[in-house]
Amino acid sequence: MTELSLPTTILPSKRGARVAKSGNPLARGRLPVLLLFLPPAILLFTIFVILPMGEAAWYSLYHWNGYGSPQQFIGLRNFQVLFNNAAFTQALWNNGLIILVSILIQIPLAIWLAMMLAHRIAGVVVFRLIFFLPYVLADVAAGLIWRFVYDGDYGLFAAVSGFLGVSTPYVLADRHLAIYAVLAVIVWKYFGFHMMLFIAGLQSIDKSVIEAAEIDGATGWQKFRHITLPLLGSTVRLSIFFAVIGSLQLFDMIMPLTGGGPSNSTQTMVTFLYTYGVTRMQVGLGSAVGVVLFVICVTLAFGYKRIFMRND
Amino acid sequence: MTDADSSMRTSAATRLYLYVALSIIAVLVLIPLLTTALGGFKSLGELRTNPFGLPSTWYWSNYTDILFGDRYWRQMINSLVIAALTVFLTLVVSAMAAFTFAHVRFFASGFLLNYFLIGLMFPAATAILPLFIRIRDLGLLDSYWGVVLPQVAFGLGMSILLFRNYFRNLPEELFQAAFVDGCGYIRFFWYISLPLARPIIATVGIISFVGSWNSYILPLIMLNSESKYTWPLGIMVYRGEYGTSWQLALAFITLTILPTIIVFFIAQKHIIAGLTAGAVKS
Repeated sequence: MTELSLPTTILPSKRGARVAKSGNPLARGRLPVLLLFLPPAILLFTIFVILPMGEAAWYSLYHWNGYGSPQQFIGLRNFQVLFNNAAFTQALWNNGLIILVSILIQIPLAIWLAMMLAHRIAGVVVFRLIFFLPYVLADVAAGLIWRFVYDGDYGLFAAVSGFLGVSTPYVLADRHLAIYAVLAVIVWKYFGFHMMLFIAGLQSIDKSVIEAAEIDGATGWQKFRHITLPLLGSTVRLSIFFAVIGSLQLFDMIMPLTGGGPSNSTQTMVTFLYTYGVTRMQVGLGSAVGVVLFVICVTLAFGYKRIFMRND
Repeated sequence: MTDADSSMRTSAATRLYLYVALSIIAVLVLIPLLTTALGGFKSLGELRTNPFGLPSTWYWSNYTDILFGDRYWRQMINSLVIAALTVFLTLVVSAMAAFTFAHVRFFASGFLLNYFLIGLMFPAATAILPLFIRIRDLGLLDSYWGVVLPQVAFGLGMSILLFRNYFRNLPEELFQAAFVDGCGYIRFFWYISLPLARPIIATVGIISFVGSWNSYILPLIMLNSESKYTWPLGIMVYRGEYGTSWQLALAFITLTILPTIIVFFIAQKHIIAGLTAGAVKS
């Protein structure tokens, strides 16, 4: 700031600067910029994010079909209905299962691939590109492609089982198998994204630590278990965070694959919201799902930040 | 040979293991995509008997019928217009807001920033019904804006955060020098911050473009008439209409994801960096 005061005293003609200095060190035309730059964001955000969220909380206390104004106040009955609904509890359970599979299968797979791609061998870039490809495709397209793969009459499953001489399983039509079929697609679609996070994480690890361990005679597994993995800690947490967020809003991929069926066995919270809230225009019930989802998201976001990301 | 040396070089055995493992995964990734593209060239009968291999006769008409019809192009253009509007509005609105958070000190600035960051915590799906009612009451149902405005609003939290962090890391001296020369905030924003912010503009642009291009739930709820449908809605309808004529559905799917794949291969560096670095930085 001392450099700044010099020219202003030497050149008194820069009046704006002098005035500004007495108030805010860098202020000139502060009000116009605030009035011009902030309102669009505030308006958009308030109208389309904050108010709808508040309205969801309000509507969730009513029985309402979306026309006129909500009249029929029913207290917390929507939530009661929700938690007694087998399809909704199934949806909650499925969301949990998706998170579990992401943590137990997808993240180890991603770390394994990232470590393989850290070797300096020819073709690394091509492999990286191929593995990331499913992530850029739309969930809807991925879902439809896999619906064909799983198709018992024309798809790859039909061909493979025909080749093996067993009767074709209609996986997506099987109440017990469908969710696993969906889980496989989720891993197929998203492992590349997590792999990229780990590639970035690995690059930030100081090579000399690993070299030091090698000099001390550490084996490959020891190096991984005691050096690489702990140093990847923040990336693992980040990766889990994205897996959780992704699971909670999973919808696009389920619709083309199963639409939540057969007999609600592959519902997630959002497909439940769509099926029972939106298509039947049960605004109260659908909003109650939104509120539950919101509470889970916010709790997770705060809890997660507090517990895991304190050091990052 | 020292241990340090051995870590630099990859032995033949490891190399073999790496290539085998990586190739198996690559095949698992590519097979669904390749069979989809090839399936579009087959007849339904051949799809049943030979879903894996090359078609015995190539039915180009599956593809050309779609390409010469207007349905495919209309959907692609709808998606493109919605994505372009979303990107433009997101960039303008969030860059301006982020600039004030980074450079202008004002009352409740911290509070207001946290207000926007609430948007990072929950997905649009949570408020989808009230959002639908709001858009309906505004008379924007079945219009591009009915999809664009909520998309922009829900992307603001992340975009403002990315822009603000970037603006704050620009050297302070720049601002002081410009200020001494009598430059106001708005001119500083336009002539100095924005030109220097090209990398972050690209990141935010890519994130919001990909998000909008692939988005399904918002267009599904906001758009009614097929002439306005974006391509994710379009392929679902097409698939529904042609039922078990998988060969047509496969050709249609291939054509709709083709632009994404082409752009991805051309600009892969920027896209991967944008989609992952964007996630990490926030």
